[in-house]
Amino acid sequence: MIRLLQTWLFCSLLLVSILTRAELTFEVTQGADNPVPVAVVPFGWEGIQGLPVDVAEIVSDDLYRSGLFSLMERENMLSFPSQGGDVYFRDWRLGGLEYLLIGKVLPDPASNGYRVEYELFNVIEEQRIAGGFFGGAKKDLRRLAHRVSDVVYEKLTGIKGAFATEIVYVTASKVSKDRYNYRLQKADADGANAQTILESREPILSPSWSRDGKNLAYVSFETGRPSIFIQNVATGQRQRITAFRGLNGAPAWSPDGKRLAITLSKDGNPEIYIIDIATRNLRRLTRHYGIDTEPSWSSDGGSIIFTSNRGGKPQIYSIDLSNNWIERLTFEGDYNARGGLTYDGRHLVMVHRSNGVFHIAVQDLKTGRLDVLTETYLDESPSIAPNGSMVIYATQDGTRGVLGAVSIDGRVRFRLPAKFGDVREPAWSPYLQ
Amino acid sequence: MRLGNLKAIAIAASVIWAAGCSTTSQDTDSGDSMDHTQQQTDEGSATSQGTDSSSMTHGQMDTDTGMTKADVMSLTSVFYFDFDQAVVRAEAFADLSAHAKFLVDNPSQLVVLEGHADERGTREYNMALGERRAKAISRYLTVQGVSNSQIEIVSYGEERPAVIGHSEDAWGQNRRVEIKY
Repeated sequence: MIRLLQTWLFCSLLLVSILTRAELTFEVTQGADNPVPVAVVPFGWEGIQGLPVDVAEIVSDDLYRSGLFSLMERENMLSFPSQGGDVYFRDWRLGGLEYLLIGKVLPDPASNGYRVEYELFNVIEEQRIAGGFFGGAKKDLRRLAHRVSDVVYEKLTGIKGAFATEIVYVTASKVSKDRYNYRLQKADADGANAQTILESREPILSPSWSRDGKNLAYVSFETGRPSIFIQNVATGQRQRITAFRGLNGAPAWSPDGKRLAITLSKDGNPEIYIIDIATRNLRRLTRHYGIDTEPSWSSDGGSIIFTSNRGGKPQIYSIDLSNNWIERLTFEGDYNARGGLTYDGRHLVMVHRSNGVFHIAVQDLKTGRLDVLTETYLDESPSIAPNGSMVIYATQDGTRGVLGAVSIDGRVRFRLPAKFGDVREPAWSPYLQ
Repeated sequence: MRLGNLKAIAIAASVIWAAGCSTTSQDTDSGDSMDHTQQQTDEGSATSQGTDSSSMTHGQMDTDTGMTKADVMSLTSVFYFDFDQAVVRAEAFADLSAHAKFLVDNPSQLVVLEGHADERGTREYNMALGERRAKAISRYLTVQGVSNSQIEIVSYGEERPAVIGHSEDAWGQNRRVEIKY
């Protein structure tokens, strides 16, 4: 009987651990050619009860997912040091390891939370190259682990880490013949902590983050017609911004967070407008009988890029907001749409069709060179990480929508197979406070 | 009889208008010559079939004093489109004209035109494309006398596929406008 109970307990624990792996799990499909070997030692913890999450595992997964590092297996580690004095570099140089991360988790009585201490070593030079701590509430332990990943990534690559960020995305599942269930969801950038922000029987699309990470804008058909809403991420408080006759779509936040660029067809054709959120004043930007949609701001707020079929096929254009001067940006291929600029303004990421196949492509705006980044099927909705290193996008696996990610140089790829429903329209958050 | 003639002229006019519209949108939508050839063929058949359908509808109207709701419900209510196109196909003319007649005879009757796209291409562009298709159907109806105030247009883009799948056949069934009474 006890045996049976033990088996049952084991099985249910297993089930819990599978369920807590959340809705999205990652799988690196292609990594960099020469990944840097790193070991992340299990973090020390002296508490009586176990920790809710394995900090070292989260950091390892983050680094692995970047495609730039190879991680040492725990069973190959000769010791588990948690402070600098316990590190014997000779042990770690075996197998060509280059960097070692150790640390420990301590209770933080002041905040009734945790304090995560970490130290990063260059094993070859036997030097400590970074160290510090992050503290926060118990529920934020995963976030603290991602902050450690950010430090390691920045130290080793020179690029600011974007692991302690979030993504929003839309899922759709068919409930019955004519009924769908749409959800706007938010998760950590590694897919954990998925939460539903909005649930509806009617379509939800085009989620967009404000640059401070505090608000979302999206399109919801909850009234039976499309409307643009904005919603505060922390409080859930929402406002309907537009519900004009016709299209109300493609909201994109201005860098100052005060305006949205949107698509409306109230005056006949789909045109780009800017709406001031406080006053609701509209400024019309385009006048053309073709389709103009999918606006996206440059980082300095001085121009907006958008998709238009004014030249015959969908291509990406830019409009200068000081003089309304319109310039065509894309010339390669017969379908370029849903453009987005990297934060430094150097690259244009878009949906590109070549030979009848839709992929994510990046165009260097200085040289004009266009590179196709993905090889999956029906790729769309690219969204750029705040550090410009990766692009998350929607693709198809059989008849299901799943999310994929690719580095901006196309060398690293991974996918996030969804456990439930059809996942689409990912939007990567900016850096979060 | 005179009324019948007038209606025949109206229908013929709307066919020309639809063909005219298609020329405009083809000019804007087509970038390569392959598309152009195909569209010209479409247009050719549109005109000839359009004549057929108008005479057929003309015949119906001569004998008929009015359509019942049941008659309308037996008509085709889903109309299909080509990829990245918003041109009403010739095969739609007969049924669309009958819908138009019913709406003209019943001015308090409202109708919703739901525009849809296939899954290829971006979601917001497809939202715009779905609206274009519904507007093309709307224009066909209004030219035949249906009041704009009877028609509401809503585009669902690629969000509400009729058929799930990645085949040409599934895509063809999803690029559509549905008339909903």
